Amino acid sequence: MTIHASTRRELLAGAGVLFAWPFVPKLARAEGRDPRMLTIVLRGALDGLAAVAPVGDPDWVKLRGDKALVLDGKTPALPLDSFFALNPAMPNLLRLYKEGQAAIVHASATPYRERSHFDGQDVLESGLPNPGRADSGWLNRALGGLEPEARVRRDGRAFAVGPVTPLVVRGPTPVMSWTPARIQPASEDTMARLIDLYHHTDTELARAIEGRMDLVTLARASDPAAMAPTEGQQLPQGFAAQVRAYFADAAGTAAKFLARADGPRIGALAFNGWDTHIDEGADSGRLATLLGALDGALAAVEKNMGEAWRETVVAVVTEFGRTARINGTNGTDHGTGTIALLAGGALKGGRVIADWPGLKNANLYEGRDLAATTDLRAVLKGLLKDHLRVTDQALAGNVFPGSADVKPMTGLV
Amino acid sequence: MSLDAKGTAALALHRFGFGPRAGSIAAIASDPRGALLAELDKPGIGQIVNAELMTAAQSSTAAFNFRQERQARLIAQKQAADERAMAGESMENMEAKPDAPVPAAEAIPQQIFFREAKARLDAAIAPEIGFVERLIWFWSNHFCISADVTQSMAGGYEREAIRPNVLGRFSEMLLASAGHPAMLFYLDNSRSIGPRSVAGLVNTRGLNENLAREILELHTLGVRSVYTQEDVTSFAKVLTGWTIIPAATNPEHGGEFVFNPRMHEPGPQTVVGKVYAQADAAQGRAVLADIARHPATAAHAARKLARHFAADEPPPALVERLTRCFLDTDGDLKEIAKALIDAPETWSIERVKLKRPSEWLISAWRGIGVMPPAQPALQAMGYLGERMWRPSAPQGFADVQAAWIDGLAQRLDIANRIAGLVQERIEPDAFVETALGPLASDETRKTIERADSRQQALTLAMMSPEFQRR
Repeated sequence: MTIHASTRRELLAGAGVLFAWPFVPKLARAEGRDPRMLTIVLRGALDGLAAVAPVGDPDWVKLRGDKALVLDGKTPALPLDSFFALNPAMPNLLRLYKEGQAAIVHASATPYRERSHFDGQDVLESGLPNPGRADSGWLNRALGGLEPEARVRRDGRAFAVGPVTPLVVRGPTPVMSWTPARIQPASEDTMARLIDLYHHTDTELARAIEGRMDLVTLARASDPAAMAPTEGQQLPQGFAAQVRAYFADAAGTAAKFLARADGPRIGALAFNGWDTHIDEGADSGRLATLLGALDGALAAVEKNMGEAWRETVVAVVTEFGRTARINGTNGTDHGTGTIALLAGGALKGGRVIADWPGLKNANLYEGRDLAATTDLRAVLKGLLKDHLRVTDQALAGNVFPGSADVKPMTGLV
Repeated sequence: MSLDAKGTAALALHRFGFGPRAGSIAAIASDPRGALLAELDKPGIGQIVNAELMTAAQSSTAAFNFRQERQARLIAQKQAADERAMAGESMENMEAKPDAPVPAAEAIPQQIFFREAKARLDAAIAPEIGFVERLIWFWSNHFCISADVTQSMAGGYEREAIRPNVLGRFSEMLLASAGHPAMLFYLDNSRSIGPRSVAGLVNTRGLNENLAREILELHTLGVRSVYTQEDVTSFAKVLTGWTIIPAATNPEHGGEFVFNPRMHEPGPQTVVGKVYAQADAAQGRAVLADIARHPATAAHAARKLARHFAADEPPPALVERLTRCFLDTDGDLKEIAKALIDAPETWSIERVKLKRPSEWLISAWRGIGVMPPAQPALQAMGYLGERMWRPSAPQGFADVQAAWIDGLAQRLDIANRIAGLVQERIEPDAFVETALGPLASDETRKTIERADSRQQALTLAMMSPEFQRR
């Protein structure tokens, strides 16, 4: 039996999730800035070593053999500095890196040290030090710590594309939901009657449906064509082209909303499919396809942000890394250390930030995974602090509880 | 709110079944608990008898053959074109001789999937209550595979691994699921090879721990329970050799389960503190039998069941009750279903559980009294984020409100669409009486009465809190 190519749908399903608040952080505005931040969650655990390969590490090729990305391979890796090289599927990221608008944080991970996707995603998205009963995400709570300057609506509101809201954006700030409407939406009159009923009977449902009213207004306010669903648009042929189209579409749509003067400022979306247990294909297979699609998504964000790209940071994060060695089926199993990928015009990029742990067996976490030497929370705290002006107290308290000893990384923006 | 007999019947139909059909509330009002228990005893309950449906193995072989034939045809066409080009024919001549059309990419795998999906929808719509179908959907989600990975086997998997065991033992369902070709393929075990097995030493291929991990984490003991990474690795070795007969070389038995000793890691393995020295597939069966009976598994399964039927945060007393029943009855799923019905907590808790999109859709179709065609039904589920047999990860679809509530606006679009299609067939009042009866609040009734059209009235009824929650 061969691998069925139909995993396309799996990728498409999880992709369209986006979220943001339609207000401008006050402190940043006082400085004359209007910062945007987009978080992209890669679900399934990205193989950081295959995305950004430590080609200068003498143990690298020994570890991965003919699966190791190298500078003189059949598809040569793209050198970032004297030690690290980028997966060849990401030429756009290389360009941004050279322009100082992209950075990699390598050998990083959340505080989670087990290997369950679902607990790992829980920790990644909740911002809590341990998995367990999380009902809100750090991104939602971070915005709670900001004084809103100019709210578009009477109350701050979060924004999601797709019917399933990711944990990272759940929380006290209400969430708006938006899906490219492939069917005729209910009339505003029906919606208004329903909201009225909910107000009398079920405030939770009222809150959920009101976001739609706000979004309809926002999308219609100007440039309705830009927000229109791509109705009847033919999917391109082939797995790779479809994944590329979908990633670019989801991220590009997020950027269109974020770019607007009256639009949201914070967004998040999730891309599925990174759980490469079998035939990983870092140089020309499945992972290369996904990384290429991610590369295209970043290009779509840059393009659709327009002028606002200067004030944008995109943070691409994943629940954990994968085994340092290739497993028995030309893939990799669940691991620990991986990369965080940062891009955006506001970024002080052009560097790989890493306290490199080494790849000798003794250096590997539990003898099998890239060790994590940078706490991902330090990166996220640094971005939230310096880009959005979330306070230290909020970051160490409500946003990333129990992280007082994890100092925000400085100088990222 | 205290409910009268009809109200209790309506509650039972929504909470334990797929929602009332015309007359359901009256039919079970005299004894709702008795009606639920009686459904468990109906002969053949939960089984699908349909001569059109093939086994999962036959389906995957048919899909394999279809893909191979299509590929062969394309190659033959290209060869013929190349030969004509070699013979010096001009481009115009070539275009004037169209090749036989290649059949559309739908065809066999999609046909199989649609037949299976239709059978599943029919089974959800047909019964008076649908308690057993709800249990099947629950366990199918617990032991989920994805049709994105194996489209042709998705329906067969449920009919072969889940349905026959839905009122049997948990250990039997676990064994049927873990050894089913769809699961072995979905979680990569079919290609996992013991490093010291014959195949491992000769081919320098090896272990893939995906299935072993997800069985421990998701299907049995539960995450953060009693197992370690070493247990995952050892269990993965135990499961090496559990694989699938290739359709390419065995047209008769292709796609079926086989234990291949060439791939099996030799020697004893320690899993969760116990040494398993059995040879061959007996080793895996022994591990599965033990972890199926582990208290952590009982607690994990009980909690999920209580969460599904009662509330996102289920009453601890209910979880405790179901856990005890699981342990006392050796995981007898029928007894556990009865315990769920007997528990006072499942009846007394407020109706706050938000229906998942598919549950809500099926209850709407049952209330209206229409059987939707499979294709638009599946599209509606997909639009709402719950594509049939296609969860995005092995933990299945989420079972808490937080994951679904922000999709409420999409439900409104779908309700509006359905209402537009069926407005000539059912009076809004009749829908309310059929589907909600005494559960409908005065506010909901007034809102529906004041609607400016039948479509709007039906839309509002389907979207009412009483119909969204159970």
